[in-house]
Amino acid sequence: MTTALNGEQIAKKIGDVSPGAVVVADKTSIIVTSESLFKVAEFLKNTPELDFNYLRDLTSVDYMDYFEVVYRLVSLTHNHSLVLKTRCHDRDKAVVPSVTSLWRSAYYMECEVYDLMGVIFSGHPNLKRLLLWEGFTGHPLRRDYL
Amino acid sequence: MEVDKYSIACPNEIDVAEGLRINSLMAASGYPIPDPDSWIDEEIQRNVLVTSVDYVVDWARSRSLFPLMFGLACCAFEMIGMATSRFDISRFGMDIFRWSPRQADLMIVAGTLTWKMAPAVKRVYDQMAEPKWVIAMGQCTISGGPFRESYSVVPGINRIIPVDVYVPGCPPRPEGLIYGITKLHKKIVKESISKA
Repeated sequence: MTTALNGEQIAKKIGDVSPGAVVVADKTSIIVTSESLFKVAEFLKNTPELDFNYLRDLTSVDYMDYFEVVYRLVSLTHNHSLVLKTRCHDRDKAVVPSVTSLWRSAYYMECEVYDLMGVIFSGHPNLKRLLLWEGFTGHPLRRDYL
Repeated sequence: MEVDKYSIACPNEIDVAEGLRINSLMAASGYPIPDPDSWIDEEIQRNVLVTSVDYVVDWARSRSLFPLMFGLACCAFEMIGMATSRFDISRFGMDIFRWSPRQADLMIVAGTLTWKMAPAVKRVYDQMAEPKWVIAMGQCTISGGPFRESYSVVPGINRIIPVDVYVPGCPPRPEGLIYGITKLHKKIVKESISKA
């Protein structure tokens, strides 16, 4: 069974490396600013005692006021997991840095999130619609679609 | 943060062509499908009589239907169940599901049809040699079912291709599908080769 790490403890470690990155941290998850997301993700992956080498899932939630992009990280060596979140408040231009260069599994998941939710991942090598077709107007999983 | 100019990929030719095909299918789906037999003029239909030939041809056609392997969603399992030994459609001369549309003359559309899949269905139907028949199996195929209002589901495949027999159910039991096929047999027997 994978152990879920305490987010508050990890947030302290993140605070040492990049101060001001963590917005909220509780026992289940960490919310970081979208500007510092890539740096935090790099830290989580490359630190030997954390070693999150596997991105299990990448989804997004529309809370009307903001989009929340959720990263579920797993370390296969230490057998522990963490939920990392980030928020973007601009509905028209929701931009989050891409983590494709860290985890290759993010490639298609980021395409899917862009397709259905309209979150743009800057730095993605080939961000395009995955499930819907080219020429489809709008992003159907947004709360204000139709 | 600035939006990178290259963060959304420039769509390539294949994607654009696919999008155009889907959009043209969507635009055409509101209008009736043109009659493929409209080129046969009335003179031929009235003056050519092929009674006994008709009987033999229809008998042969109805008893050697070759279905096309075409499972889109969960209905496909009932279609597979119909083909296996318990229900055994070999009894109706439909032994083998063909993998190629060139060798098939019955298309059982089993499952939800999405707009992205619609061009493929249309193409496979066009590739099938005449005479060809279509069975719409399950609620999703008939009318879109629970996904009718959805952004991605075709509300009934009769907007894309003509349908001969509708088999309702979610999914229909194999018996239901066999009943639909026997209905199709009766329909084939009534057809005449002079009227196409």
